[in-house]
Amino acid sequence: MSDLRPSLDAADVTAAQEAVAAGPGTGGPSSSRRSPRAMAARRFRRNKVAVGGAIFLLVLLVVALLAPLIAGQSPYSVDLGAIRQPPSAEHWLGTDASGRDVFARLVYAARVSLMVGVFAALLAVLVGTLVGAVAGLFGGWLDTALMRTADMMLSFPNIVVVIVLAGLLGPSIPILVIAIAASEWPTAARMVRGVTLAVREREYLHAARVAGASRGWLLRKHIVPAAMGQIVVVGTLAVAGAILSEAVLSFLGLGVQPPQASWGNMLNDAQSLTVIQSMPWLWLPPGLAIAATVLSVNFVGDGLRDAVDPRQSGRS
Amino acid sequence: MESTEPLLVIDDLAVEFRTDEGVVKAVDGASFSVGRGEIVGVVGESGSGKSVTAMSILGLVKSGRRAGGTIRFRGRDLATLPAKELRAIRGAEIAMIFQDPMTALNPVVTVGRQIVEALKLHDKKLSKAAARDRAIELLALVGMPDAAARFKQYPHEFSGGMRQRAMIAMAIANGPSLLIADEPTTALDVTIQAQVLDLLKVAQQETQAATLLITHDLGVVAELADRVVVMYAGRVVEQGDVTTVFTEPRHPYTVGLLESLPRLDRDVDELHPIPGSPPSLLAPPPGCPFHPRCPLARDRCRTERPQPRVVGAGHQSACHFAAELAAVHTEVTR
Repeated sequence: MSDLRPSLDAADVTAAQEAVAAGPGTGGPSSSRRSPRAMAARRFRRNKVAVGGAIFLLVLLVVALLAPLIAGQSPYSVDLGAIRQPPSAEHWLGTDASGRDVFARLVYAARVSLMVGVFAALLAVLVGTLVGAVAGLFGGWLDTALMRTADMMLSFPNIVVVIVLAGLLGPSIPILVIAIAASEWPTAARMVRGVTLAVREREYLHAARVAGASRGWLLRKHIVPAAMGQIVVVGTLAVAGAILSEAVLSFLGLGVQPPQASWGNMLNDAQSLTVIQSMPWLWLPPGLAIAATVLSVNFVGDGLRDAVDPRQSGRS
Repeated sequence: MESTEPLLVIDDLAVEFRTDEGVVKAVDGASFSVGRGEIVGVVGESGSGKSVTAMSILGLVKSGRRAGGTIRFRGRDLATLPAKELRAIRGAEIAMIFQDPMTALNPVVTVGRQIVEALKLHDKKLSKAAARDRAIELLALVGMPDAAARFKQYPHEFSGGMRQRAMIAMAIANGPSLLIADEPTTALDVTIQAQVLDLLKVAQQETQAATLLITHDLGVVAELADRVVVMYAGRVVEQGDVTTVFTEPRHPYTVGLLESLPRLDRDVDELHPIPGSPPSLLAPPPGCPFHPRCPLARDRCRTERPQPRVVGAGHQSACHFAAELAAVHTEVTR
């Protein structure tokens, strides 16, 4: 009977299914009402590092949302009489080259960096999912055309793209988001296409087609849900990539423009050797913030991957 | 404007697959029909073209190519229908029960939701609550104990038989006039098979749907079908009323199939399997495709392809020596 079928049969199925088949160690007949999603959440909660990362990100989110309360002072008020002051009771992390409070800027920068990261990742995943699913489901020349486009985007240095875009349209946050998304969507597209190709050959898709389902219906009801676990994982990891890209581009002066603060453009101030050698309060806090945030996002992403697809745990 | 012809008419259907070794003629000139409310069994060995024929009806044969013939449903050729009209027929007018309920249900969606979605596909205005009630009603109809609780469960929480019940519930959800069941019991335990067969009978009576039953199991056909179509090497070799075909077969292949079966109602010392194996469809033998394995084969069989001929009331056989066979077979079984 079906239960005796070799597990190989289930091997290429989406993660959540495998999770169902493997079941939790403590499960049994009593676990019957548990959905694949609930079981994935359970596995995620057991992963200490990932939970730690998630807590850090939550705290960061609260800080970003409550920035005016936490910063205490304006990140924009220039005090030319007190530039590049070391940390003091008044300015916890000192002041920058224009005499602005570094701590306030750090806190406000969290808003910009997180927003750019999240929106760029969302856009990338949205485009990638659509392209990947359409390519996988329709196949043929459309598949080839879409996937070669993705390859082209991947082999294109995105800094060049942003420089051109920023040069043509002037640097701005929306351009930054679009430019970062443009360099990240192919990863999502490849993954979703892979899942689509696997799911497309499953009998339940034939069954749905025979029941009168259109391609749009198949995409919405079967393919995207089947890929959702991995989409979340890719999306999360894309956030980390986007935060890094934002930092790099802003550092080069192509991203977020001063006086608005972002972690990347705060580092921009630290381009001279004297600053690096003698004024660590200017570059250490934003550098640490970027590192800690990206690390946390990656921990959460890995944790989600293990939770969604237990077979992959251990691999990196 | 219903036409007078049967619900489903398959006329001289040919389906080819192009492979690296050449063109495989999976179905080569098959003709039969299914009347309203009738149960027709299609039997044959693996590779006889029975499943490809069934898949062709719903346009599911992807790599294959319709090389000839027509499939008419309610008088309309399904191959020429626009995609939108075909989708409206699929699931609503013609529904399919798959061989393996393990893989034909989406493992990450609750069984109830899958039935609800099958309903909503063809009735966009159906409210959530009404769809839910109807789905639970359907589950109860197919003998699902505690249907309301089962509604919320995932396929992996169901046994094989239960899953097949759910599949049948989904298939009859929109009240189709034709059910296609592709080996509906093959993936199940023997003990469950009988239950599912009974259920198919109930479902058929309930919906008055005609049923096309694809199987290699002659017992299943004897149990359920009104008529039987025997396929061999992509061709229909014999068809007719189940009782007639089983008691007075007029094709040596059918005779061979019947003699290779263990029977309880007759004292048989030995089973007689058909010698040899089905021919390669890449290069089918000339003449009658069955002649290399046929005990009655003569020169004529090697050169001339036999056409289906009427040998009795509603009974056709594609054998040059169908008449002779009548006498021989009575000898054998006596």
